[in-house]
Amino acid sequence: MKPWKYYEKGTSRTPMPGFMVIGGTLPLEWRDNTQTVMNMFDIIGPVMVGPSSSHTAGASRAGLVARKLLGEEPAEAEITLFGSFAKTCAGHGVDRAVIGGILGFSLDDLRLRTAFEEAEKAGLSYRVSHSELAMSHPNTVAIRLKGRSGDTIRVTVCSVGGGAIKVTEIDGGQVELTAQYATTVVFNNDRAGAVAAVTACFAQHNINIAFMRVYRNYEGKDAIMVFETDQLVGADIVEQLQRMPNIRKAVSISPFQS
Amino acid sequence: MTDYFSSLESLVSQAEKQGCSLSQLTWEYQATDMKTSREELFANMAGRLAVMRTSGEKGLEETRSPSGLSGGQGKRLREHVPQLLGPVGHDAAVIAMAIAEHNACMGRIVAAPTAGACGILPGVLLSLGKHLGKTDEQLILGLFNAAAVGLVIAKNASLSGAEGGCAAECGSAGAMAASAAVELLGGTPRMCANACAFALKAVMGLVCDPVAGLVEVPCIKRNVSGAMIALSSAELALAGIESAIPADEVILAMKSVGCMMNPALRETSLGGIAATPTACEIARRLDRKQVQASSNRPQ
Repeated sequence: MKPWKYYEKGTSRTPMPGFMVIGGTLPLEWRDNTQTVMNMFDIIGPVMVGPSSSHTAGASRAGLVARKLLGEEPAEAEITLFGSFAKTCAGHGVDRAVIGGILGFSLDDLRLRTAFEEAEKAGLSYRVSHSELAMSHPNTVAIRLKGRSGDTIRVTVCSVGGGAIKVTEIDGGQVELTAQYATTVVFNNDRAGAVAAVTACFAQHNINIAFMRVYRNYEGKDAIMVFETDQLVGADIVEQLQRMPNIRKAVSISPFQS
Repeated sequence: MTDYFSSLESLVSQAEKQGCSLSQLTWEYQATDMKTSREELFANMAGRLAVMRTSGEKGLEETRSPSGLSGGQGKRLREHVPQLLGPVGHDAAVIAMAIAEHNACMGRIVAAPTAGACGILPGVLLSLGKHLGKTDEQLILGLFNAAAVGLVIAKNASLSGAEGGCAAECGSAGAMAASAAVELLGGTPRMCANACAFALKAVMGLVCDPVAGLVEVPCIKRNVSGAMIALSSAELALAGIESAIPADEVILAMKSVGCMMNPALRETSLGGIAATPTACEIARRLDRKQVQASSNRPQ
């Protein structure tokens, strides 16, 4: 893996270039979906490995969502913990939880406790660093994954409380993704008709879109579409999306449940 | 969509009108809201009760938390012959402590409503099951009742220590447990609401001050206090004592107090117990340990 800049605990030189947002991003928003309806299993739940819903459960979900966005078995992981995540890492098992999530463990999987050993067994090499850079949210983790095929992904995830997470950056582009709904993320080239092709495909399969946003950093370059849908988008539809022109990758993420 | 859980008063008056319990009402409403069957909700909640029970047992095993700050005290309390508490109170304390310790040791628990306050509700319910012959079916209904209270607090105040201090976490858990206990012991929906009010008033303004930012000190022992407050609040309500201030107003007061609270007292570990000399020394010691651990990690 090509080494990328990371910061050991206690140093604070310059921000990581990969995580800086270059140029303006214009999220196109149809509706604000930050307010989701709570139910009784949010109150009596989630079932989780302790000790903290934000620092352990949320951290494992951050790892899991990164794995899902990579879309394949990860081989290498670089994890940077910020703020309170870095400060209370050992006591809350933040690093183990993130690695466990990257290995595909859910938030109630007891293997989160032995995630370092599990990573060795699974052949996942990892590096964890702590940063004292101030981020917008105190519980932030930046994850870079490299898959078996060599494909990579960089994400920044905040743990916003109660085990809920928010992905704020994918591959340098600012996004907002909570995985509280069935979510499909499409990585495409910024061309006319790309969005229409995806929504037409959803329509054909009777997938109703609840919320959607499209993001790009530069005109005509890499773009990302995030769809939140009422039905889970199946593997066959993902395959169909990936065969479309100007679409590089598509992943479907099932919603997190408490 | 109707918001059934906007206030305790609306739930209580609806339950009175239908002549049913808060748990039955919640069961009905949630089946509608979540577009699922009543049986499915019951089975799901039964699974959560099972996790609670297991965590209470596992928490009594001799373990230490990763930080080394806690563990083994639930076991000690169980072996101690209670001199002041009765069997219900003693077991509620033991289970609450064991589960909170199990949480600190990275065990599997049910956040109720949060991980930091996960011992209180199961402590009270499982103790009622053990000593007063309440069946699992009744305990599951108790969880429905508690969930209704939690939903109302979540909508009108907060369940997060970072927003409302410990009152929002252990306080809410205590109110939920108090309400559930009242219903299990045959109290009316209105008595449930009174029990909530008593429990929340007892901890109004309680700060969230975790030592070194960890869910251990003073959180674990506050789980025991929360369970005791729940029992005494339920007892008052069952005696027919009424809260001078309606539960919904207490919840709004709790929200207001949370807003007025200095951020140093809301889960930032900058005030309260976390700012004492001993707590600062513990934090420094753990920080050194962590630096060593991260430099020894395989690359």
